[in-house]
Amino acid sequence: MEPFTTLEGVAASLPQDDVDTDQILPTPWLRDPKADLAKGLFGYLRRVPADKTESDFVLEQPAFRQARILVCGSNFGCGSSREHAVWAVKAFGIRCLIAASFADIFRENCLRNGVLAIRLPAEEIEGLHRAVQSVKGGAPFVVNLEEKRIRCPDGRAIAFDISDHEREALMLGLDDIGLTERHVSDIEQWENTSRRSLPFLQDFRIAPFNTSNKPSQ
Amino acid sequence: MGSSLIDKIWAVHRVGQRGDGRDLVYIDRHVLHDLHAGHAFASLQRNGRGVRRPDLTVSVPDHTIATRRMPGSPGRSGSSFADSMRSGSARFGITMLDIDDPRQGIVHVVSPELGIALPGVTLACPDSHASTVGAIGTLAFACGTSELEHVLATQVIAIHKPKLMLLRLDGTLKAGVTAKDVALHLIGQIGVAAGRGFAIEFAGSAVRAMDIDGRLALSNLTSEFGGRTSIVAPDDATFQWCHGRECAPKGAAWDAAVSWWRTLTSDDDAAFDRMVTIDCSELAPQMTWGTDPSQVAAIDGRVPDPGTFEGKARSAADRALAYMDLQPGRPLAGLPIDRVFIGSCANSRISDLRAVAKFVDGRRVSPGVTAVVVPGSTAIKRMAEAEGIAKVLQEAGFEWRDSGCSMCAGVNGDIAKPGERCISTTNRNFENRQGAGVRTHLASPLTAAAAALAGRIVDHRKAAE
Ligand code: SF4
Repeated sequence: MEPFTTLEGVAASLPQDDVDTDQILPTPWLRDPKADLAKGLFGYLRRVPADKTESDFVLEQPAFRQARILVCGSNFGCGSSREHAVWAVKAFGIRCLIAASFADIFRENCLRNGVLAIRLPAEEIEGLHRAVQSVKGGAPFVVNLEEKRIRCPDGRAIAFDISDHEREALMLGLDDIGLTERHVSDIEQWENTSRRSLPFLQDFRIAPFNTSNKPSQ
Repeated sequence: MGSSLIDKIWAVHRVGQRGDGRDLVYIDRHVLHDLHAGHAFASLQRNGRGVRRPDLTVSVPDHTIATRRMPGSPGRSGSSFADSMRSGSARFGITMLDIDDPRQGIVHVVSPELGIALPGVTLACPDSHASTVGAIGTLAFACGTSELEHVLATQVIAIHKPKLMLLRLDGTLKAGVTAKDVALHLIGQIGVAAGRGFAIEFAGSAVRAMDIDGRLALSNLTSEFGGRTSIVAPDDATFQWCHGRECAPKGAAWDAAVSWWRTLTSDDDAAFDRMVTIDCSELAPQMTWGTDPSQVAAIDGRVPDPGTFEGKARSAADRALAYMDLQPGRPLAGLPIDRVFIGSCANSRISDLRAVAKFVDGRRVSPGVTAVVVPGSTAIKRMAEAEGIAKVLQEAGFEWRDSGCSMCAGVNGDIAKPGERCISTTNRNFENRQGAGVRTHLASPLTAAAAALAGRIVDHRKAAE
């Protein structure tokens, strides 16, 4: 995983609450294994309305096409667990999401893909949206993970919280499976113990179709 | 202080703790579906890893496969997703319930049906509706693709223990009110984010009185209020339901399992971080009017006026009504509809189909309405055909399909047309979920069936008279 240290770039504002993963990466891009996920990000929201010549959606506006940071509302990423939603965010070039809250699975998916998902208290999020909207993509914001600080173009700094472990994992680009593999002997021991105490947990068999259970007709 | 049901299952399966403070929880059963399996298999191989316990892993295609047979074709067509699931399953030695296997179906329907999910068992599934099987006392973990790969490689999940919520649903449901109505009402009451960060235990007299199919429908909608997992304490109804299923323990092993399962209830003094009680005795059938599952009203109610909401809820309601093409204050009943979809891991089980067939018997789908029934599993499909349910539905003008997710998410291409109004027994009414511009109203199978016959939204309790 690509380490995350400091990110400097354009920030865009999407203040809507409860943005679900069907909006973040709609089904047509999910269905196609070769789809360009960068194009699929917010695919429907980016469309040009019938009565207009260009899309109103923030990431379609020239100033925000290069956005690296997206400031969101609350409960961002709810709904389907599709990790493609995070892949699409990343494919577009966004490495940092800032929201009042994230859906549980979506935030996990971010962590495991090196996307920094920052939670800020609701009042601070409001302030940040205002800052982002007034800068209009004209100057970069800086997210410093080591210092746990967001620096706005006007010099103002916003501190954020993240657990030391998550911060370390992102900064070093740690391999999550590797962390667990250090505990292989614990896993083996658990398997051996449970074979004795609750045998049915480890004793599982499902017959393959073509041997024992051909349909009767 | 006592322990809750979730504490007890957690404690039995806790392998240890990782350096970053996450618990490692053993996964007894791992079920994969086609949309995510291929990615995880490819990534495992890229990273030079194998599958630790292929014998505890089962793969089932459901999201991307066709539910309609092409004329002249001998079987069902798959998809490139099913193909990569097939090759990966073969490579890693995982049993796959392929499209021609009579045990195939929607993963959350198949797992309990085959006894893959059982009380007290931990189960991982790369899908937000993994919690469905909580209905029989399984502790299920919904995960993303990277977590799926993690479980394949290690057979554990690395997770911070969630907070615990006790959700009591009390009262006797009125006739014609189903578990789906309870779930929709509940989400309307507590909102789409109430379950975030929580594992939920459902309790209360309304839950106890539900049959297992009803509990499965209730647990299914946990993700719709933000919960990652939910559970119902197993009871005699659960044991009876699980008994004799293909992968359930047999003989002495069964008896031993049941005596452990009987201990799987929350102690009276167990601690919960949040408790919610909802009385369901006055509940009417429910239907969503908006574009998130909390935007819901009684079937005899009206579309609300966004002006009565505060702040962001108001703009969300404004936006929802524009998308749904609805005017504030109009009754839900009477709205003309184009399509009915009865299916998905929420409501496609045999009892749903029985209720629909009983309601529909001898009547016809309204001209101009496309009504489709997609059974939750191939086994349910065959059972319904044997019981004459399929015949009743087909004679009424419903399409009768092969099992799969179908129009729930439309990943296999089963979608409605832009602007169509669809009454759907699924769990998500998000914008564009069932096709670009499609207006989805979530409801119970009975409400959906009544709409199919009437060509408009009706209260099925009145339509039945
Ligand atoms: S039926 Fe719908 S909600 Fe259920 S697993 Fe399939 S796509 Fe997901």
